[in-house]
Amino acid sequence: MNTSSELSTSSAWDELITAALLGTDRRTPPGAAPGRDAPTALLDAAAAQTVRRRAGLRPGHAAPRPEPAAEDPRPPLPGAAARRLALLLADRPGAGPGGRRGASPDLMELLPQWLTAVNARGFAAPAESLPALLDAARARTDLRPAALEFAGPRALWLARLNPDWRFALRAAPGGGPALPGPAEAERTGRLWQEGLFAERVALLASIRSRDPDAARELLAATWSTERAEDRLMFLDSLRTGLAPRDEPFLEQALADRSRNVRATAAELLSALPGSALAARMAVRAGACVAVDHTRDTPTLLVEAPHECDTAMERDGVSPHAPPGRGERSWWFGQLLEAAPLATWPARLGGRTPQQIVALPVADDWLSELHAAWCRAAVRQRDADWSRALLGAPSSPGAGGPGAVSLAERAKLLGTLPPSERAAWVAGFIAAHGLSEAFQLLGVCSVPWAAPLGRAVVDALNIARDAGSYPWSFSGVMGLAERCLDPAEASRLDALLAVPDEPEDASPGAGGYWAEAFQRLGRTLRLRALMAEELGPPTPGGRGA
Amino acid sequence: MTEQGVRWTADQVLALAPDSASRKAGSKLAAPGPWSGTGSSREGMVWGLCRGGGGTPYRTAVDVADGVGGSGPTYTCSCPSRKFPCKHALGLLLLWSGGEEAVPAGREPEWAEQWVASRRRTQEKREAGPEGSASGPVDPEGARRRAERRAERITGGVTELEERLADLLRSGLAGAEQAGYGLWEETAARMVDAQAPGLAARVRDLGAIPATGPGWPARLLEECALLHLLVRGWLHRERLPADLAATVRTRVGLPSSADGPPVRDQWLVLAQYDTPDPKLTTRRIWLYGATTGRTALLLSYGAAGRAPELTLPVGLALDAELSAYPGAGQQRAALGEQFDPPAPTGARPPGVSTREAAARYGEALRLDPWQESVPVTLADVVPTPDGDSWQLADAQGGTALPLTSTALLRPGLWRLAALSGGAPVRVFGECGHRGFTPLTAWPTGPGEAVRLC
Repeated sequence: MNTSSELSTSSAWDELITAALLGTDRRTPPGAAPGRDAPTALLDAAAAQTVRRRAGLRPGHAAPRPEPAAEDPRPPLPGAAARRLALLLADRPGAGPGGRRGASPDLMELLPQWLTAVNARGFAAPAESLPALLDAARARTDLRPAALEFAGPRALWLARLNPDWRFALRAAPGGGPALPGPAEAERTGRLWQEGLFAERVALLASIRSRDPDAARELLAATWSTERAEDRLMFLDSLRTGLAPRDEPFLEQALADRSRNVRATAAELLSALPGSALAARMAVRAGACVAVDHTRDTPTLLVEAPHECDTAMERDGVSPHAPPGRGERSWWFGQLLEAAPLATWPARLGGRTPQQIVALPVADDWLSELHAAWCRAAVRQRDADWSRALLGAPSSPGAGGPGAVSLAERAKLLGTLPPSERAAWVAGFIAAHGLSEAFQLLGVCSVPWAAPLGRAVVDALNIARDAGSYPWSFSGVMGLAERCLDPAEASRLDALLAVPDEPEDASPGAGGYWAEAFQRLGRTLRLRALMAEELGPPTPGGRGA
Repeated sequence: MTEQGVRWTADQVLALAPDSASRKAGSKLAAPGPWSGTGSSREGMVWGLCRGGGGTPYRTAVDVADGVGGSGPTYTCSCPSRKFPCKHALGLLLLWSGGEEAVPAGREPEWAEQWVASRRRTQEKREAGPEGSASGPVDPEGARRRAERRAERITGGVTELEERLADLLRSGLAGAEQAGYGLWEETAARMVDAQAPGLAARVRDLGAIPATGPGWPARLLEECALLHLLVRGWLHRERLPADLAATVRTRVGLPSSADGPPVRDQWLVLAQYDTPDPKLTTRRIWLYGATTGRTALLLSYGAAGRAPELTLPVGLALDAELSAYPGAGQQRAALGEQFDPPAPTGARPPGVSTREAAARYGEALRLDPWQESVPVTLADVVPTPDGDSWQLADAQGGTALPLTSTALLRPGLWRLAALSGGAPVRVFGECGHRGFTPLTAWPTGPGEAVRLC
C-alpha cells in the first residue's frame, strides 16, 4: 500500500527513525529540546506520525492480472458428490493413525475408484477442491492421471502459479503448449521439428492413437537424425495400434546402430505373427523342438541352438546370457518366445495346444520350454495357448503344468476375456484358497463378477472358521473392499457376528474377523452410496 | 422453514471438529453402516445408535438448534472419548447433512428426550443463577475499592513501562537488536503483575520485532509509539471522551461486559477461525447483520487442546440478538437470545472497492488508534500474483490491496486462487496496515461461501 506520501511527512518520519535508532542522547529528534524530555517528545511525534501514516494508507497499483483460466465446459458435480469429495480428500495420509485395523472404511483407498467413476460421467471438479486434489495427486503418483483429468483446465492454470504443482504441467497432456489437433499440419510439423523431447513423445503418442500410419510416417521422416535413446522411446510408441503395415519400417530398424533399438524392433515384429521376422524365428525355433516317437509315449525333445549367428543377432536375439544361465538355453528361450505359436500344431503332429502342453518333455527341458511358450502367448495375446498353459484352475497349486509361476499365470490370464478370467480365478480360489490368489485377483476386472466375489467371500469365511488372523489376508481384504460388487454387501451380514472360537483358533481372532467383515460391509455400502451420488454414467462420458 | 432446509453442509459439520484426527474419524463414521435408529426432529435434535467395537452401541445425540444456551450445537454420547464433539457426534451430523434418506425425520427416542430435558433444566438453573445473585446481597463499595486498587496497580505498571520506553529511546533502538528478547519478557512479566494483560501482550510483541527482517526499526518505533500513546491514554483517561476511555481500558486489559442494547438481526456467519496458543485457543467469529448492516465479532475461548464451545459454521445465518461491548470503534459483541436454529443461507454481505476498504481502516483509527485491522468485504477483486506476494486487485480500475504475510502462508490462499481462476470474486477479510487477510470468498455467479481460514 502507499502512504499519503507528502515528501515532508515521509522525511519527518525518516528523521524520527534515525533519532530513535541512534538514541536521543546522541541525536535530538526534530522539533524537540535536548534533555530528559527528548524521548517523550520523540514518542509523541512518532505516535502522531504512526496513526497518521496508517490512516492515510491507500491501495497500491494492481500488478498485471493473471490470464483467466480456460472454461471448463463440464457440468458441475452434484452437491452430495461434492461433499463426498471433501470427505475423501480430508482423509489424507498423516491425518490420523494409520493401519488397517478397525471397522471403518479406508476413504483414501476409495479415491481412485471414485475418480474413475466421476471421470466416466464427465463432471467438473469444484474449484475450491482443486488445491487438495493437486496435493493428493502430488503425494500419490498412481492417482495422477485420474485426478488431473477430473481437476481439468483450472488445475493446470493453478499449477502454473505454484511450483509445488509443477508435476501437473508435465503429467497432463496439454499441460505445456496444447497439442495440435488433426487438422493442424503446420503446427504438428513445427512441434515435431522444434519441440522438447517430452512434447514430441506426447505428440507422437497422440497421433499414433488417432492415425497409426501418419505417426509412423512422421517418425520415419526424421528417423536417421534422432539420437539413439530418443529413437528407442519413439519406437516404443508404435506398440499402440501395431499392425502388419508397420513391418517395413520395423524391418529397417532391425539394422539400427543401437542394440536396444534393434531388440525393440525385433520384439514388435515378433508380435506380428505374419511378419518375415516371425517366419524366420519359426524356422529357427522349429528346428529345436521335435516329437520323439521311439519312446513308450510320444515325448518332446529339445535341441537348443549351438551358436547365436549374426542373422539371429540381427533378428534381436541377445547373444550374451545373464550370469548363471547357460548360453544355449538363453538363445533357445528367445527363439521360442519370438516364434509364432501357430508354428507348433503343424510342426508337432497336428496336436492342439492342450495336447502339446500335456506332452512329457525329455531331459528337464519342460520348465524352460513352457516358460518360453508363456512369454510367447502373452506377447502374441493368444487365448488358446494361454488356456492350455494355465491348465485347469483346480490342478495342484504351485506345481502346475510346466511349473507356471503365479506371475506368469497372472499375465496369461490377462489374455483371456474378463468373464473367463474371473471364472478361472474363482476356480483357483475354491481349490487352493486365498493365500496364493492375490496376484491373480489383481488382473480381474472391477467390480468382480459374481462367481469370483462369492469364491472370495467363501474363502475368507473358511479362513475365519479355521481360526487364523484376518491380517494374514489383509491384502485380499483390501482388494475385496475395492473390487467386490457392492450388491454383495448383504451376503456379508451373516458374517458380522463374533463367532464362537474353536479350540485351536488364534486368541481373539473371531473379534478381529467380525471387525474386518464389518469394515468390508461398510466399505461396500459406502461405495454403493458414492456411485448413487454420482448418478448413472452418461453416454458422453469416457467409458470406465 | 422446512426441517430439510435446516440440514448443514458437510463442510459446516467438519468445522465443528476439535482437530484433524477427529475430522478423519468422524468422516469414516459418515456412512449408514454402523448406525441404527437414526432420526432428526423439527426442533433441531439429531440422534442415532452407533455400533462400536463392543457389544452395546453408543447413544449419540446432538441438539443442533440449542435455542436455550445460544452457543451452537450441544452433544451427548455414551462413548468414553474425551474429545468434544466426539467422532460419533461428527459422524452422525455428517450422515444427517447427507439428507433425509440416512437420517429420517421422526420423534426422538426416550433417552434423547431425557437428555434434552435434563440439559434444559441445568441451563435454566444457570440462567436463573446470575440474576439471582445480581438481586441478592452485593457489596458495591467493596467492588469499587477492588477496582480502585487494580487501577492503582496498573498505573504503577504503566509508569514503569513509560520509564523503560524512555530509556530505550534515549540509548537508541539499535541496541534493542542485541538486547534480545529477555528484556521484553521481563517487562511483560511486570505488566502481568500489574494486572494489565493487554499491555503485557503488546510488550511481548515488541520483543519479536527486531527479528522480522528489513524495516524492523520503523516497525519497532511504530509499536513503541502506540504503546506510549496507550500509556498516555491510561494516565489521562479521566479527560478522555467516555467511549475512548472505555477503549483505552479494554486495550490495557481490563475486563468489561457486553452491556450494549440487544440488537436483533439475521446474522450471517462470515468467518470463524481459531488462534491456538499453548494455554488458550481463541476463536473469532465474524457476523454480518443483514438488516442493520453491522459487522460484529464474537470471541470464544477453549482451554489448551479443547475447541472453544461456540461454533457457527460459515454460510449459516442465525436470527438472534447481539449486545455490543463498550468502547469506541469496537466490534466485539456477545450472543444473546437465539430465536431460530442457525440455518444455511445464500445471502452474501455487500462489498466495497479496495479504495473504500482502505478508507474504512483510516476511519476506524480515528475512534481507536490501536486498531490493527477492520473487517471488510471486497466486492469484485481478482487475486493476483505480485512477485513473491499476492494482492487483491479491483476488477475495475487499477488499484490493489496486498495480502498480509499471514495470509500468504495459509492454504486458503490457494483455495481463493482456485475459486477465482483469474475472474473476480467477493472476499471478506480483515484489512489493516499490514495488508488484507482474506477469510471467506464467494464466486461470481451462484455458489456457496468458501472458507479460506
